[in-house]
Amino acid sequence: MAFLDKHAILEKSPTLLLVASLGVVTIGGIVEIAPLFWLENTIEDVEGMRPYSPLELAGRDIYVREGCYACHSQMIRPMRDEVERYGHYSLAAESQYDHPFQWGSKRTGPDVARVGGRYSDAWHVDHLMNPQSVVPESIMPKYAFLADTVIDGKHIEDLLATHQLVGVPYTDEQISSAYADFRVQADPDEDWDGLVERYPGAVVSNFDGQSALTEMDALIAYLQMLGTLVDFSTFTPDASR
Amino acid sequence: MLGQLRGHFMDYLKLTILGLITLIAAIATNWAHDLAYQVHAFLIMIIAFGMFIWVLRRTDETKVPQQDGIFFDGVIRAGVIATAFWGTAGFLVGTFIAFQLAFPALNFDWGQPFTNFGRLRPLHTSAVIFAFGGNALIATSFYVVQRTSAVRLWGGNLSWFVFWGYQLFIVLAATGYLLGATQSKEYAEPEWYIDIWLTIVWLSYLAVFLGTIFKRKERHIYVANWFYLAFIITVAMLHVVNNLSIPVSIWGSKSVQVFSGVQDAMTQWWYGHNAVGFFLTAGFLGMMYYFVPKQANRPVYSYKLSIIHFWALIFLYIWAGPHHLHYTALPDWASTLGMVFSIVLWMPSWGGMINGLMTLQGAWDKLRTDPILRMFVLSLGFYGMSTFEGPMMSIRAVNALSHYTDWTIGHVHSGALGWNGMITFACLYFLTPRLWGREKMHSMSAISWHFWLATIGIVLYAASMWVTGIMEGLMWREVDDQGFLVNSFADTVSAKFPMYVVRGLGGVLFLSGALVMVWNMWMTIRGAKPADKPLPNAIPAE
Repeated sequence: MAFLDKHAILEKSPTLLLVASLGVVTIGGIVEIAPLFWLENTIEDVEGMRPYSPLELAGRDIYVREGCYACHSQMIRPMRDEVERYGHYSLAAESQYDHPFQWGSKRTGPDVARVGGRYSDAWHVDHLMNPQSVVPESIMPKYAFLADTVIDGKHIEDLLATHQLVGVPYTDEQISSAYADFRVQADPDEDWDGLVERYPGAVVSNFDGQSALTEMDALIAYLQMLGTLVDFSTFTPDASR
Repeated sequence: MLGQLRGHFMDYLKLTILGLITLIAAIATNWAHDLAYQVHAFLIMIIAFGMFIWVLRRTDETKVPQQDGIFFDGVIRAGVIATAFWGTAGFLVGTFIAFQLAFPALNFDWGQPFTNFGRLRPLHTSAVIFAFGGNALIATSFYVVQRTSAVRLWGGNLSWFVFWGYQLFIVLAATGYLLGATQSKEYAEPEWYIDIWLTIVWLSYLAVFLGTIFKRKERHIYVANWFYLAFIITVAMLHVVNNLSIPVSIWGSKSVQVFSGVQDAMTQWWYGHNAVGFFLTAGFLGMMYYFVPKQANRPVYSYKLSIIHFWALIFLYIWAGPHHLHYTALPDWASTLGMVFSIVLWMPSWGGMINGLMTLQGAWDKLRTDPILRMFVLSLGFYGMSTFEGPMMSIRAVNALSHYTDWTIGHVHSGALGWNGMITFACLYFLTPRLWGREKMHSMSAISWHFWLATIGIVLYAASMWVTGIMEGLMWREVDDQGFLVNSFADTVSAKFPMYVVRGLGGVLFLSGALVMVWNMWMTIRGAKPADKPLPNAIPAE
């Protein structure tokens, strides 16, 4: 194979070897990643998706911080048993505001893509305080400390503004009222009309049952909205996708 | 005179930079938004201040010129020790979290949230991949590039910067996970400032490696160095693109990823699978191409095969990522591409295995007497097995069953423990006596013990994960004749318990083997004076 002899050229020049290797390893990524940004059918056209409310977003950060994604997926595959067990299969549209995505890769625990509204707030509190008390077979760690950790939302505006910067369609009004919205979502006695107007479908509740605003409130606010936004009557599957 | 002046100027420059870093880190400690950031800023302040004092005490002193006639091996000795240390730490955490999954009480109430599985899991993966594997790659690549180029490492103390900078990256990443700083992208969890630091360290690594190749005295660049070079530049590319994020504040650890949802998922698994493909495969094949022929005392089996499989491997691997996203919201065209390329990848992977195994042609008898060579061969065996299992699992119909289950975990560990672990152990056994001027390892029978402990450990691990993985996959999808699901999710969790114990025991055996190795290395190194090897008289290749 005479052309293999030509390889000596590359073997004698570090520069050529570097350039050739770099060229070869870039191709796959360009072909597979780049089109996802401009092919229109990548993200389905459905009604109901909105950015996370400030408290939900803070809860999502706790979900990320505790490594929940290591055991819980948020991606229901279109198979009979999964749709039966977890609900409608997940759409790309449903994670379009997820920076970063939380699809997960392992189900040591069940999928949580549509856990919102399935259990009561009190169940979630019990479960997070001591998972084995409600699911004896569970091997999930306890997260009781969340109920003792008070959060103040001091930097919540910056958090929303950064999400706006990377393309989440937060309005300036949503950002300027972020702090108020953050506090009011876990306090049903306050005036939360503005919050629900800005974030349709947001659940207002004293999630952890305590007067203080804790990480438990934020995390449950996040869990209770998961998978509840899309109006599936507006969804038509695209066969060519 | 001029050199002395330049030396003094460099000292003052270093003092200025270190002083500034100390000051900024002190401000950052004070203004920190979260605990992880505060601890890190404090740590950096202490380190920078310590170095400031150290440099200050040496300013205006006469510098001892570096010895040029010998290999730069000090940094490799440090790397060998770091590899053994981080390996043991990573295996220990891994074994512990394996038992946490069997006995959830090991998520201690008093340890919440720091010792919960969710925070320890990235600690384990990063410790074994980046701390154990990364140190092994850096140390062996510095050894190999000097020997195959017949020159001293380029850049003087820059290689020490690479070593210590990399250890700092590991410490920041590990403490960050425990304290809650993570961006949740698997194998890319460290937050933005740790990512920036790693980029600086990694580019310095590239500079040292490439600089040494540029001044080589052999005309041809040896095949091991192609693999190391491809690994270094590809990891740089993957790291930068997958970690694109905007910090919420420069005084806090939290950042927001630039990509979201489906694009972020694709980018993550393009990165994630090539952490396997380049960090754990291409780099380790670089090791294989130097140390296996050395240990067997035979030339590489086929030069042509090495050319073909090198280019095929690095071209194909990059495409394989989407097989992690079958049946998800990723468009089908992308996951189909991922599947096709993953299957084709089987061939160049086995090309590497065949080239390694056939190198033993005429030397197979050594397997009876040489436990180090036996480790190399076993690692190639596991490499071949997992690069068959991988393409098979990337087929949609198989993946439908295996995805989300323990089967994936078993697959990863037969590759990581069997291929990466075994070849690294063998390299450490090769390097330790040579770097510390000993004739051979302290105990050859201890190497045999390590071999069997590790092998049985891997077999227990892989077998138990096949059982639980396939079992839970089948239990999840089981429906009765009325069309109802038969098993609740909790049923599948409790059914896995016995196999989780077996997996944990496999981990104990593997860890015990590593401890035997550490003892053996300690006994070999103890008391021996480091022997700096003179450069050989360069002999032109043609």
